Amino acid sequence: MPQLSTAKIQQLITQKQHLSGALLPILHNIQDQYGYIPKLALPLIAKTLQQTEAEIYGVISFYAHFRMQPTGKHIVEICRGEACQAMGSQQLEQVLKQQLNCDYGQTTKDNSITLEPVYCLGNCACAPSIKVDKKVYGRMNADKFAHLSDQLRHYTIELESTDQGVVNEQTMGKIK
Amino acid sequence: MSINVYIPRDTSALAMGADDVVKALKFQTKLFHLPENKELNIIRNGSRGLFYLEPLIEVETKQGRIAYGPVTVDDVSSLLEHGILQGKTEHPLCLGLTKNIPYLAKQQRLTFARAGIINPLCIEDYLAHDGFKGLNKALTLSSQQLVDEIKNSGLRGRGGAAFPTGIKWQTVLDEKSCVKDNAKQPQKYIVCNADEGDSGTFADRLLMEADPFSLIEGMIIAGLAVGATQGFIYLRSEYPQAKIILKQAIQLAYKKHYLGQNILQSGKQFELELRLGAGAYICGEETSLLESLEGKRGLVRAKPPLPAIEGLFGKPTVVNNVISLATVPIILAKGADYYQNFGMGRSRGTLPFQLAGNIKQGGLVELAFGTSLADLVNDFGGGSYSGKPIKAIQVGGPLGAYLPQSQWHTELDYEAFANIEAVLGHGGIVVFDDSVNMAQQARFAMEFCSIESCGKCTPCRIGSVRGVETIDKIINDDNSQQNLELLTDLCDTMVDGSLCAMGGMTPFPVRSVIKHFNDDLMPTAQQQGEEI
Repeated sequence: MPQLSTAKIQQLITQKQHLSGALLPILHNIQDQYGYIPKLALPLIAKTLQQTEAEIYGVISFYAHFRMQPTGKHIVEICRGEACQAMGSQQLEQVLKQQLNCDYGQTTKDNSITLEPVYCLGNCACAPSIKVDKKVYGRMNADKFAHLSDQLRHYTIELESTDQGVVNEQTMGKIK
Repeated sequence: MSINVYIPRDTSALAMGADDVVKALKFQTKLFHLPENKELNIIRNGSRGLFYLEPLIEVETKQGRIAYGPVTVDDVSSLLEHGILQGKTEHPLCLGLTKNIPYLAKQQRLTFARAGIINPLCIEDYLAHDGFKGLNKALTLSSQQLVDEIKNSGLRGRGGAAFPTGIKWQTVLDEKSCVKDNAKQPQKYIVCNADEGDSGTFADRLLMEADPFSLIEGMIIAGLAVGATQGFIYLRSEYPQAKIILKQAIQLAYKKHYLGQNILQSGKQFELELRLGAGAYICGEETSLLESLEGKRGLVRAKPPLPAIEGLFGKPTVVNNVISLATVPIILAKGADYYQNFGMGRSRGTLPFQLAGNIKQGGLVELAFGTSLADLVNDFGGGSYSGKPIKAIQVGGPLGAYLPQSQWHTELDYEAFANIEAVLGHGGIVVFDDSVNMAQQARFAMEFCSIESCGKCTPCRIGSVRGVETIDKIINDDNSQQNLELLTDLCDTMVDGSLCAMGGMTPFPVRSVIKHFNDDLMPTAQQQGEEI
């Protein structure tokens, strides 16, 4: 995470400022860097977009994805959608809260995991699902999660698909 | 010579461990000797949509692709010992030729024809499987001819509202009034609604992850048809994998001049930008989505004016769902007649149904309209995952009705579903076994509305909160009968007094529980009735 500085935040704003309807891209850009939107950013965004700080805050508070407080090292989102409910997500939700000893919107004492609800991850055929940062896990259960949260606390694990199968000019020819 | 092995990289395959399987396969093939002069070429395709078989490995042979699944890391060494790389079929996980797997063979894949077959990020692969044929045809037609073709196909919006796509396009095409200088076309926009928030749906996600160029092609054609030069894909932030794939696909399309100022040297222009949502279900509603794209809170707009007349930044805008747009290329390539020959009544073509929840064989099933729910859930789905009897099926997302067994024979058709106060919506089918308490599902419908309401209309914003409270009273046997009447009135108020489907349709699942699952809602009243 970069140092919290006015110059850096202004740079993140300037990168997206030229877009039409630039506010959401700006907010994403800042949150992607810092993990949240620092309060310091509000006057800067407001000035750049010639809006009031209240308007910017109004937009941030409307969207569940945007946050103004730092999170733990990882964000664990539990799907609360109907398809996951049909596979016992409500019981899973209770067990996970107990395991982590925290509720939605809270962070574990060791600051490793922030727990959030989410409404559908698009993995409804392999429910119940949770998401850890950018990675979705299907057919989740209490044992699997105990193992996973242990890894999250003590190790560095890959939470983004590393093999993105990007096709370059050479491999393109090979595929018929 | 290389051995081509396909292992998907769509969200569901990854969620079931596809990356770990790839790693294990790469590692273990170093230990096993590959046949002479052969090298392993792992292609990360999109899923076939047979999610109950993920991670699914396919090996290319002379006879076609042989499938193995669901594969775990622990299976890899035994698969290699049993000659998976030679396409041998002895291993118990071998499913034979992929195309002959009944779940796939019985489908009518039009929109998803390429899903899982091609590498999603290889334009050559896309071209080799009929890609950009629709665009090439479109470049030879006039705008009006293009709109007519979509009208004739009978395509209706696949997002859920089922509004005829061709009529929407015609409205935008005809919109010229906002220019003073008649010679110059006004700025118009194509907006793709990829904010697939309904629980139990994943067709948009799979399409974008398995065949993103078909969406891009559909959007370019839409642009040519209505005279729009700028497109936006509004993708929900809960789909990080789709974001990665779409972003690269758009870059590739620019590089090969399918996008940009001079599409395939035709002199026509179309620019495309990917935008991310931020976890608001309501932004799947088209006017709320437009507000969000403009950088505002996603508050629903009153209609009229229609987005087709005053849409994004006040300009004429086509807002279409991913599946609607991704179906456009095949309609152009094969003709409107070919497409509208599928289906029944006023529901033409195919719908990708999504089997989800407590289902043994969950996945995507693209079929012509007209099949019954029972056929889908039993023949394709194989019954419940838990093995217990199925009690209720919710069709069409959180705003869709819960159907009891007596309604499962209903034909999957927009009008047939409307007749039973249900909706097909985006084609999501969520199965519940008999452990479900339907009173809690009714309560959740109201709770979800209270969480996701944009707040503009009072019946939706406050009614949903009162709905939760009233259902709690009914469940706790606190003046149940009076509270049930109150709940029924509240549902009517929400339906009549909300601008959009959020407040207007939240009562659908609630009413269906009142009507069909009253035993769960008022068990004591039921018992008392029996005693008398």
